[in-house]
Amino acid sequence: MTLQGARERWVRTGGVELCVAELGDPARPTVVLVHGYPDSKEVWSEVAARLAGRFHVVLYDVRGHGRSSAPRPLRGGFTLEKLTDDFLAVVDAVSPGRPVHLVGHDWGSVQSWEFVTVKRTEGRIASFTSMSGPSLDHFGHWINKRVQRPTPRRVGQLLGQGAKSWYVYLLHTPKLPELAWRGPLGKRWPRLLERVEKVPPGDYPTSSLPEDAAHGVWLYRDNVRARLRRPRTDAYAHAPVQLITPAGDAFLSERLYDELELWAPRLTRRTLPAGHWIPRTRPDQVSAWIEEFVTSVEGGRPRPEASGRYSDRFGGQLVLVTGAGSGIGRATAFAFAEAGARVVAVDRDPESAVRTAELARLLGAPEAWAETVDVTDEQAMEKLAEKVRTELGVVDVLVNNAGIGLSGGFFDTTTDDWRAVLDVNLWGVIHGCRVFGKQMSERGQGGHIVNIASAAAYQPSRALPAYSTSKAAVLMLSECLRAELAGEDIGVTALCPGLVNTNITSTARFAGVDSEEEARRQKRTARLYGLRNYPPERVADAVLRAVVRNEAVVPVTPEARAAHVLSRFSPRVLRALARMRPPV
Amino acid sequence: MTTAVAGGRASADLAGFRRVQRLAYECAKAVAARLRPGVTEREAARMQREWLRERGVSDWFHMPFAWFGDRTAFVDFRVPLQFFPTSRRLEPGMPFILDMAPVYEGYTADIGYSGSLGPNPLQHRLMADLEAHRELILREVRERRSLREIYEDVDRLMVRQGYANRHRAYPFGVIAHKVDRVRERRFSPRLFGFGTQALKGLASDALHGHREGWSPLWSPYRFSDHPPRPGLWAVEPHLGFRGTGAKFEEILVVTDSRDPEESAFWLDDDLPHVRRWAEDE
Repeated sequence: MTLQGARERWVRTGGVELCVAELGDPARPTVVLVHGYPDSKEVWSEVAARLAGRFHVVLYDVRGHGRSSAPRPLRGGFTLEKLTDDFLAVVDAVSPGRPVHLVGHDWGSVQSWEFVTVKRTEGRIASFTSMSGPSLDHFGHWINKRVQRPTPRRVGQLLGQGAKSWYVYLLHTPKLPELAWRGPLGKRWPRLLERVEKVPPGDYPTSSLPEDAAHGVWLYRDNVRARLRRPRTDAYAHAPVQLITPAGDAFLSERLYDELELWAPRLTRRTLPAGHWIPRTRPDQVSAWIEEFVTSVEGGRPRPEASGRYSDRFGGQLVLVTGAGSGIGRATAFAFAEAGARVVAVDRDPESAVRTAELARLLGAPEAWAETVDVTDEQAMEKLAEKVRTELGVVDVLVNNAGIGLSGGFFDTTTDDWRAVLDVNLWGVIHGCRVFGKQMSERGQGGHIVNIASAAAYQPSRALPAYSTSKAAVLMLSECLRAELAGEDIGVTALCPGLVNTNITSTARFAGVDSEEEARRQKRTARLYGLRNYPPERVADAVLRAVVRNEAVVPVTPEARAAHVLSRFSPRVLRALARMRPPV
Repeated sequence: MTTAVAGGRASADLAGFRRVQRLAYECAKAVAARLRPGVTEREAARMQREWLRERGVSDWFHMPFAWFGDRTAFVDFRVPLQFFPTSRRLEPGMPFILDMAPVYEGYTADIGYSGSLGPNPLQHRLMADLEAHRELILREVRERRSLREIYEDVDRLMVRQGYANRHRAYPFGVIAHKVDRVRERRFSPRLFGFGTQALKGLASDALHGHREGWSPLWSPYRFSDHPPRPGLWAVEPHLGFRGTGAKFEEILVVTDSRDPEESAFWLDDDLPHVRRWAEDE
């Protein structure tokens, strides 16, 4: 197995010998990565490689796992106290003078919670990043609280987590788990991870898996019952904690961390849509968050200031918005900025793109860039995608927003009009999805695409044939793409705003009338939309919510929602509405 | 400028308005300097009231307002009662707006003062971007454009800047309203925070205006679709940007002079926000 360029050393402690690997410059801040169950330190190979450039990265096989030796006898050899001894021995060996930054996944996180809450490690830990592994003490208090005061909601939470913990009960049966791991389960596990957890195939898990898993059963048997029955009451973290919660974790409920601020006062929350094995499935995001957190604790950078509602989800992510110079696009860029995302504002008008980027930085975006590109220009879009990938990385969220309005009867609409509206509204979206969606797909670590369609996508109208056609196409494109990319954890959303007060009305083209009449109608429509006064900020909120919940089709304004319902249950009403002449 | 005559108004009159406007800005600066973390909006409003009372103000166009935090952008304001000071406490970095309209020696001022408790780059940016609006309004008033059109141009500039128009939240959505001399009475009760004498003046203006086709309220509606009316206008463009708001408010003098320079001018160019723009350059 490959921890390329790793320096190995052996640390003896408490009757076992631990295999410790080191990467990166030892003069830099030390980051210690602790693996979970059933794993060995190689679970971190992707993350460690990404961190090694900036930090002194240390990994070790927990006793009984990988190449570390197992205690004898096994029973009683895996208590949290002994694991703490191991950790201190490793830390004393690799970073004697300086506190380390601790990162734990699964059982690595469970034991790290013990390290970070006991007295004897004070001053040895600078920060702790926890993934998918609660403190058993906190867990015990969480259960007690719900048992003692069982409101319906609390009972629901208890049952929910109880069901997710099925494997914990199984691991407490004698002998059977060991037999299963050394037999069929050990053989099938890699395929199972690939199929169920979407862990990319490769040289993980390692060949030591059956033995790791068989020994590691004692982690549960030695600690779970004891700690849950009598949780420590002084389990307060003495270092800043970053909690990374995968929203799709099959084994741990998000609710477990509801009251974590009580135990860890300096808590930074992060959420990402992924399953349990995020060090394998989302190494880019995980290492970016570790890097950001460690750097901020080290004092190199200020703590993230984003105050927005979804800052736990979008903090540090790369978001690209087209048509970001005005209206919904600009509001969306601002909303992501407020959530702490890095924003690329694309617009064909350089001045307004620059303005959006500037204000985005003031709102809390750690970085923001303006790019002047016409979305109809395929080559320009490809160039932009290449530039973004090499300079900033792969886009996490893409918002294809750029669009233009066109009103007028079918026979008044010239072929040039058609081309113009399809070029921006449809081809712009196609180009965006092609060039940026491809990057997401190639990276294989998920992502999200939001295409701004319109209520006109399902509400026919005699006044908007070309516009509605283009938006209906965007809606169907999004649905098809959603189906295709679902397997790669890339969500696709079609957002259908409705009448929103933006400047699309004053730039819209009105086919079949002279320029004076066009100006009059633009003004009139702008006033009409102004009276309706649905702010683009609320559409932007809907965009963020849609990404967080991975929604497929999102009508936004009440009229858009009503039309959406009607389009499914009584389309004839919509057809009748479509015949009405609009007020001009 | 001193020789200017505003709607038949003598320069002595203008000096009176200038005096009370300066006094009000003095008050705003003094109170702003006394704001500390934990001060509530009610306390800030009381500080303004007391400061002005001590200096001889006994009547008001409206009682002092104070808005803190996202209330500076009127977030989720639905009923006019929400304008009144609340128990919201000031925190470090929070934006604030002080807005007061004292009557002094029979002259009315109506001013707005925006700031933040400690540095707030966003609020600073908003304030800087208000300069363009002060220029735009004066230019277009001199061009004798219709008030409704000017309102829409201000609106468009705000949108282009990336902000929302928050003066829309004021009663009738006004960006400005007329102010005038007020008869000094020993007893002047207040109605929802507005002085009855001043309201009386506004109401009689509204009545006249209704007959003659103009309005003392400068709004986005049809009743403002007329060229600027000579007189004194308290102009208050108010920017909002996601939980941060900023405004200034000061008197614009409109006259019936044919000379563009004389036809409209700001009553006083030596005000805190104007000085700050000059310093920033």
